Amino acid sequence: MKADPRGVLTGTHFIDGDHACCEGALAAGARFAAGYPITPSTEIVERFASRVPTVGGTFIQMEDELAASITLQGAVWGGAKAFTVTSGPGFSLMMEHIGYAAMTETPCVFVDVQRGGPSTGLPTLPAQADMMQARWGSHGDYEIIALCPNSPQECFDLTIKAFNFAEEFRVPVMFMMDEVVGHMTEKVVIPPADQIEVFPRKHTHKSVEDYLPYGTNGDQVPEMAHAGEGYNFHVTGLTHDERGYPNMTPPVQDKLVRRLQNKIRDAADRISLFEEDQLEGADVVVVSYGITSRVAQRAIEAARESGLHVGKLRLITAWPFPEKKIRELAAKVKSFVVPELNLGQMVREVERAAAGKARTFAVSHAGGGVHRPEDILKVIVEASRCQTA
Amino acid sequence: MSDRLITDIVNAGVNPVDHILRTDRMPHIWCPGCGIGTTVNSFARALIDSKIDLGSLALVSGIGCTGRVAGYVKLDSFHTTHGRAIPFATGLKLANPKLNVVVYSGDGDLSAIGGNHLIHAARRNIDLKVICVNNLIYAMTGGQTAPTTPGHSTTSTNPYGTFEPSFNLPHLVEAAGAVYVARWTTFHVRQLARSIGEAFQKKGFSFIEVISPCPTLYQRRNKLGDGLDTMKYYKEKSKVRHGAPTGEVGLTMTGEIIVGKFVDRDRPDYQTMMRTQYCESLGERFVEQEEMVCS
Repeated sequence: MKADPRGVLTGTHFIDGDHACCEGALAAGARFAAGYPITPSTEIVERFASRVPTVGGTFIQMEDELAASITLQGAVWGGAKAFTVTSGPGFSLMMEHIGYAAMTETPCVFVDVQRGGPSTGLPTLPAQADMMQARWGSHGDYEIIALCPNSPQECFDLTIKAFNFAEEFRVPVMFMMDEVVGHMTEKVVIPPADQIEVFPRKHTHKSVEDYLPYGTNGDQVPEMAHAGEGYNFHVTGLTHDERGYPNMTPPVQDKLVRRLQNKIRDAADRISLFEEDQLEGADVVVVSYGITSRVAQRAIEAARESGLHVGKLRLITAWPFPEKKIRELAAKVKSFVVPELNLGQMVREVERAAAGKARTFAVSHAGGGVHRPEDILKVIVEASRCQTA
Repeated sequence: MSDRLITDIVNAGVNPVDHILRTDRMPHIWCPGCGIGTTVNSFARALIDSKIDLGSLALVSGIGCTGRVAGYVKLDSFHTTHGRAIPFATGLKLANPKLNVVVYSGDGDLSAIGGNHLIHAARRNIDLKVICVNNLIYAMTGGQTAPTTPGHSTTSTNPYGTFEPSFNLPHLVEAAGAVYVARWTTFHVRQLARSIGEAFQKKGFSFIEVISPCPTLYQRRNKLGDGLDTMKYYKEKSKVRHGAPTGEVGLTMTGEIIVGKFVDRDRPDYQTMMRTQYCESLGERFVEQEEMVCS
């Protein structure tokens, strides 16, 4: 369906990534946010708090991130599209409710504008060090989707995508920004509402008698009902059967947890978004995401100018990790170079997917700034000289 | 009433509250002598007596023995995470203000791990009906000390007796801003049902504490007898004092239990205040929240 025009600020704007993310949420139909202030993410909900009473919706500032991350889920079951925003320390506090959203299949979006850690770390400076936490931070086995914008324009476009994935797969989607992208001001074009595709909630059309809250009809994603519609359904974070009733037996656990995993894994090709450039004939492929992809661009261009065959693979979807793409490339290229603002997170995924067929070089950075392009270039040169694995 | 009730049961072969329960989930997990089932019966009676529309009623629980209530009532019911029933219920109510939202949980869930949410929801005056079953202990996990455990009790984590002061929950929530505060025990089944009915008439944060036995852990460890002995204790030592200053209703292990309706006052609830503020500040730019159902 098309976006509700009331939430769409059509036009050309000069705004930062945080504000663009807020506009993306409004365009996607989000009418509820719960938050707790934390730098460098707060501007998103500040703008939402200012905008949402003029489009018909609610913002509530909660007492902490534990509250914010579950209040939004209450709102989802009340019928809203909802999200929260945070940064590292708050993201840590939200982990239990990312698990709850995964287990109860509550469609929602968690925005993490990453800053340097661990702990309080670098409140106003960038990092990309929550990438593994986004995937694995809550306990137990589950799958999420994570997207990484690298510009204010993408903060708008991909926030809509994040809500659409959340609704389509009934899964919490992590929107992994970083401080630089969040605070970078650039041109953002917001199209007319009738050019914005919005995925509607998978609301059941079944009768009360026929409705099974966690029945799947073959496509692995159950249909949803909202409170107050007469379905008298039950939702629990306990292991549950298709009726939503607790059933703590190994067969029910196996069926449920595998489905939660497979509904994402089986659609991984469709969810995996990336930007590629000159991969054909490349000896070295630079794999990057978020702000680092823009720094890497300069290193890639410099390497090409000196005659090296360097391809670019920019991850837009970090999770599920596009391992098929890496596997295919690994058979053709000498090596991968993975710069990121952490001491080695997504590089491990690249290495795992390459499975020894191509060599993998990390370009790590502890955060607080971005790489110098020459540091990436140095590793590209080294990687181009290595023997094929 | 009770004669008719018994006749109903005998004639129909069903309990008159059956339609409010998920009978397909019985038997429940609660121990013999536990008071939680008794509170659910009073709750169900209150729903019937007050003719509340069950289709627009949602119930939210946290984790623990009382947290399992959500799984046994045939309502839209949410068994959330430990301590977070109130913020979940807050989101539910704000997204769909037409819902009647009940939070049904235990003392440990609501006042320890969820204590921050309890006071802030009372401060904001979110229109929620909170039923807090207080068995003075963490029961599901085996009888550890709770913030409500009276001094000198023996628990699994204070085997030599508790020494930290306990919360007086009616006093806490009154200070934080609740508009309706009552306390009963599981002996007071009719009074409890009446209070739940009254809370449904209030717009704002209502809190009903129900003192309830845990014969398996609290009563046994403290040599206070079984469920029946506890009923006798509740009967003999409870004093009804409506309007009692909540500062004077703290609990001890074997002393008097002050019960009754302590607070019944009016102040605008969160959504009324929010709407008023937006109307004042934004004038015609304010857009009323529609039903948020994204079809």
